[in-house]
Amino acid sequence: MKRKKSKKAQSESGVSRRDFLRGAGVAVSGSILAGEGLLHATAESPGEVRGPGETKIVLRINGKAETLTLEPRVTLLDALRNHLDMTGAKRVCDRGTCGACTVMVDGKTAYACSMLAIEAEGRDITTIEGLVPEGKLTPVMQAFVDNDAQQCGFCTPGFVMAMTALMKRNPNPTPAEVDLALSGNLCRCGTYHGQKLAAMQVAKGVAREKIA
Amino acid sequence: MATTPCKYDWPAASDRKLIGKRISRIDGPAKASGRARYTYDTNPPGLLFGKIVRSPYAHVRITSIDISDAQKVPGVKAVRIIQNEGTEIQWEGDEIVGIAATSEEIAEDAARKVKIEYVHLPVFVADANLSAADQAARTKVTKDDQQGDVEKAFQDPDAVISEGFYGQPVICHCCLESHGTVVIFNDTPSVKVWQTTQAVSNNPGQYAEVLKVPASSVEVICQNMGGGFGSKFQVDRWGIECARLSHDAGGAPVKIMLERAAELQVAGTRPSLYGHIKVAAKKDGTLTAWQSESWGTGGVAGAGVPPLPYVFTGIPNQKIKYTAVSTNTGGARAWRAPNHPQSAVLTMGALDDLAARLNMDPIEFLTKNIELAPEPLRKYYLDELPIARQLSEWNKYWHPRGQGGSGPVKRGLGVSVHTWGGRGHNSTCNVTINADGSVEVALGSQDLGVGTRTVINIVAAETLGLPLEAVSVKLGDSRYPFSGASGGSTTVGGVSSSTRRGAVDARDALFEKVAPSLGVAADQLECANGRVQVKGNSAKSLTWKQACAKLGTKPIQVTGKNPGECNLSSSGVGGVQIADVSVDTETGIVKMNRMVAVQDCGLVIDLKTAESQVFGAMIMGITYSLFEEKIADAQTGKTLNANMEAYRLAGIGDIPDLVVHMMTGPGYDERGPVGLAEPPTVSPGAAISNAVANAIGVRVPTIPLTPDKVLAALNGNEKGATA
Ligand code: FES
Repeated sequence: MKRKKSKKAQSESGVSRRDFLRGAGVAVSGSILAGEGLLHATAESPGEVRGPGETKIVLRINGKAETLTLEPRVTLLDALRNHLDMTGAKRVCDRGTCGACTVMVDGKTAYACSMLAIEAEGRDITTIEGLVPEGKLTPVMQAFVDNDAQQCGFCTPGFVMAMTALMKRNPNPTPAEVDLALSGNLCRCGTYHGQKLAAMQVAKGVAREKIA
Repeated sequence: MATTPCKYDWPAASDRKLIGKRISRIDGPAKASGRARYTYDTNPPGLLFGKIVRSPYAHVRITSIDISDAQKVPGVKAVRIIQNEGTEIQWEGDEIVGIAATSEEIAEDAARKVKIEYVHLPVFVADANLSAADQAARTKVTKDDQQGDVEKAFQDPDAVISEGFYGQPVICHCCLESHGTVVIFNDTPSVKVWQTTQAVSNNPGQYAEVLKVPASSVEVICQNMGGGFGSKFQVDRWGIECARLSHDAGGAPVKIMLERAAELQVAGTRPSLYGHIKVAAKKDGTLTAWQSESWGTGGVAGAGVPPLPYVFTGIPNQKIKYTAVSTNTGGARAWRAPNHPQSAVLTMGALDDLAARLNMDPIEFLTKNIELAPEPLRKYYLDELPIARQLSEWNKYWHPRGQGGSGPVKRGLGVSVHTWGGRGHNSTCNVTINADGSVEVALGSQDLGVGTRTVINIVAAETLGLPLEAVSVKLGDSRYPFSGASGGSTTVGGVSSSTRRGAVDARDALFEKVAPSLGVAADQLECANGRVQVKGNSAKSLTWKQACAKLGTKPIQVTGKNPGECNLSSSGVGGVQIADVSVDTETGIVKMNRMVAVQDCGLVIDLKTAESQVFGAMIMGITYSLFEEKIADAQTGKTLNANMEAYRLAGIGDIPDLVVHMMTGPGYDERGPVGLAEPPTVSPGAAISNAVANAIGVRVPTIPLTPDKVLAALNGNEKGATA
């Protein structure tokens, strides 16, 4: 992968996953990393190089096309938060560990911090704002409220997305399956106990088609 | 607490409709649906993104700074030197240059173009090693006391003695919303700040002083915040620089949120504490002597003196020495129950080892010595220990040390007790009852996620006999009346007391207006079930709306204060925790089976959010007991795990069955709300460490109880106490 940064700058600033993802330009069709998203993006078409300057990017978010002018190095998370003011997905670790930025890409959970916006073109992106109109709650959200599965709430949207994805594919999970499905998310306030109860409330009481 | 009746007294248990019930937090829906906005989510129009260039080194002197290339990057709007040439930098990550640009990416590009040169100075970070710290001249003895005669007590032929080494490293707060601000500072002058803060009402004065503007021109807003845990009281240098960058950029809003690495390097730590402890008891278990030589660091400034011996302060003979160690690491900040968790690890570990030497059940040992704890804690512990014993099935699963089964996986139980002061802080609120029946409580407090909004709502609604939805709570803005910082478990006591007084006075003012139309004296009225009625006679009543309509054009506006007439809150809580673990003696992995907390906090306002606090504290406690350590490289002083892969937090799969029992009812309720955020975070380290010792028969001297340390202890390579 091409890197523009000098050796010195690298050693001083450390290399974050985001830096790592950022090339001088992104070969959209090139298989750069063996992440799920990029494998998906690998196509047979000849390489089209965009960037490094700003380029037009169209994202399908919550069923709506959003046209953005972005440098190719902008992550999906930063596109959502900084360019679309969709702030439900949070930036916490910024390198694919904590899950606070969890969105769904083509129905599967993905860390928006670890995917470039340009990689997400042509895919179906669902953010927490897209699950339900403002002022309403999905059964998973309601279960978080009922079981107080949130304190500061900063991790909560990520957990809600992860639990929603779980319930959609497996509406009656065992506690062990809940633990596994939420193992890609971290909470500092310590709300896991409430989350376990929330998951069981949804598992017992909600039909799959009502999840989101 | 007041014994003579007072009009502000908390309602009697039989009259409570909301207080003490399990009520879902009122901001839960906004948070669960991702609509709650935090400082990090604040994007005013024209926002510039700020970046801080930080020292990559732990101890250097700056010899030159060149920002000229950074200034030339298109899109850069302001560059400021924060610490100039010649400055000595004392920890990695300290702020040197600030940049504001039209996008985050451009700000990062510009940051890379800043050229800074340094000369290196000697680095010291080895806080666990007191003699190394002495040799490096990094120590300062800050306590050296004795009472009674410890030597004589240790020499008593009847004395049973235990000696050991115990400790824990520096850990971080690791708030998920990192520290940061968004500031608009223009020449009006007006300084508008969104800040993730525990002190909305205190911060404006701090900005005003440094920025040299009138305090009245500063507004600080914090509607939601992603965790503080004691690390977000002050206005930080990056907050001030964010304001200055905004000013330099012509008053455009600037956002600076710390990157995760910086958050873990500079935004607060909990001090380490290590100690050699020697304790003695008579053969019947009565404690006679305590000797501790302990030390720890909270960064360059050292750390405060820990409360040793913890809880059992009445041990007759004591010799106590504490040394503060100065290291080139980011500074300490208050971390839930400052110094208590560390002191519990040292004290409860040493007492547990002594109980094992005495062949005593540790619960019996603590109970036997309960007279050495101060009043009124003794009573709480005596109430709580039997409950914890029962909930943990202690009689079934506890065994003498080391008899944890014959297979490779050993089970063990451990106990610890803790205390905290609490007491409601200073708080002022405005309570308004409008002629249309709407009610508002407004105060310059903040909700860290503990349910502050919800308890205010409960207290106001309870006092006015209204449903929760009938009251709106406004907080998180310094334009509201002053309410104290959220620290030391003082918020719920403070805001519920001010709200209670304000709501009672507002209610009484309403009674004055309404009394003539109900044909009785105002003191014959009560609020109940959404009505204002003659006491005990719902037939002679008005609906709330009808009653408020009597106000005409003049709403009721009163101020509620804490402290104030009648004591509504008090100080001093006690709690007990029992950990139940399994330890794989082949891999060294510790697995939690169950954890029990029995906790007192005086009057519980919202049982649901109170229990959540305790669940959360146990989870945070499990995290620091098993995983957390901020690791500094001995040579360079760099934080080796300034990220969330290597600075590990517990995940959902690490959390066992958790049991919380809140002490309520007579003996507890009448003390008023005391404080809850700190106390249950204190005991986990000690309880879990004691459970591991009970399981495997040897003490793992320091937490976190990582597999390498467990195996080393099993192999006799770690010097801890054995039974
Ligand atoms: S609720 Fe605060 S981080 Fe999870």
